[in-house]
Amino acid sequence: MTPVLDVRGLAFAYPDGHQALFGVDLHVHQGERVALLGPNGAGKTTLVLHLNGILSGETGHGEGSVAVSGLPVTKKNLLEIRRRVGIVFQDPDDQLFMGSVRADVAFGPANLGLKGAALDKRVMDALEQVGMAAYADRPPHHLSFGQRRRVAVATVLAMEPEILVLDEPSSNLDPASRRELADILRGLDVTLLMVTHDLPYALELCPRAVVLSGGKVVTDGKTYDVLTDDALMRAHRLELPWGFDPRTISIDSLPG
Amino acid sequence: MGAGHGHRLHFHGHSVVHRAPAHVKILLLLAFVLTVVATPRDWYPVFGGYLVLLLGVVVASRVPLRYLLPRMVLEVPFLVFAALIPFVAEGPRVVVPLIGGLDLSLSESGLVAAWGLAVKGTLGVLASLTLAATTEPTEVLRGLQRLRMPDLLVQIMTFMVRYLDVVAADLGRMITAMKSRGVDPRSPRHWPALARTLGALFVRSYERGERVHLAMLSRGYDGRLPESSAS
Repeated sequence: MTPVLDVRGLAFAYPDGHQALFGVDLHVHQGERVALLGPNGAGKTTLVLHLNGILSGETGHGEGSVAVSGLPVTKKNLLEIRRRVGIVFQDPDDQLFMGSVRADVAFGPANLGLKGAALDKRVMDALEQVGMAAYADRPPHHLSFGQRRRVAVATVLAMEPEILVLDEPSSNLDPASRRELADILRGLDVTLLMVTHDLPYALELCPRAVVLSGGKVVTDGKTYDVLTDDALMRAHRLELPWGFDPRTISIDSLPG
Repeated sequence: MGAGHGHRLHFHGHSVVHRAPAHVKILLLLAFVLTVVATPRDWYPVFGGYLVLLLGVVVASRVPLRYLLPRMVLEVPFLVFAALIPFVAEGPRVVVPLIGGLDLSLSESGLVAAWGLAVKGTLGVLASLTLAATTEPTEVLRGLQRLRMPDLLVQIMTFMVRYLDVVAADLGRMITAMKSRGVDPRSPRHWPALARTLGALFVRSYERGERVHLAMLSRGYDGRLPESSAS
């Protein structure tokens, strides 16, 4: 089966010479939920920006290839690649730039050529999935941070992506919003790659975890196994929050 | 977010003036301002007519004058300049006796020029505020779009409206952080620090602009905002 995400030998150096990735291999199959873990500066954001072609060998010095459901990420395929890969950025204020929630969610699908009733339906369906349909006509900057994060997810869902990539989805959320977002993400029928420092969140949502460190994939396995491997965790500056021990969680409540 | 909600110039209402299409209002405002500016400044009664007309629109819009007048302070620097003209202009002078035996010598042509500047400025500002009070910023933008204003300019203004609050909130937080470390933004002694804050704000806004652009590209932006999303 063709993986949804097929990253092979990806290396990248920024134009200023700083090398961020040293040969990354990553395969994500349909329906998987994968956590991408790693310390600050490991190259997570650089990797994410490669997935939809914002960064590539053309913008810096790079090697290797990225393909999404068999379609290689090249300049020619960019629009289709950006439909297939939906990235939710960390700060919703960067993502929500139109005057109303409805217009913002419509931005992506309208760029894909959707119009009229089909566009409206796409927008409302996406807002429905994140529980924000009642706010369609509000300006985004009047919403709470948690609501804006959910609308940001909807803006990407409206493009019906094959893989949803979330950059730090739980950051700056209060515990209730964090749990609500987890419920929403768990309910989505879409392949998910989640970049996060929130290890309990990764364990709660993603059966599989990939650790990126120093621009390389150092581990790829079950999230539970990664988080309980003390030597590995220490070696890559990963730490569980104080008082949190995955071993005390019953196996039945883990995803997968 | 701590920023004030809503745009502070808009006054919510459902009057005829509120409901009129934005592009018509923009055109009327433009025509009105041009007419006022083109009127010779010594046609005094005509300006009275303009004022009555404008006040008529304000009354019809049901926006209280108490709401509009305080917002006219933005005109003050302009009026200060107008008030200086009679003192510095050339030509025949009139002498105004002041209490205490002092006389004030003013230029006649300067007085007329000051009158012209003040009355035309005031009418223009009041008319613009009336438009702003009765039309949501997004409506103004849609009106401009319908008037075939270049798309790029409309896009830039759209982003300005969207991010004004965000940038103001950024600045507010930076100033709060400075105050917490003992800086008084009013004291000239601390102005260098304030200037650096503004520089930092510019860099932050620039970087945010880059991140917004990335987010737009990620959703298939190709240089044009889709028509349906101009709201």
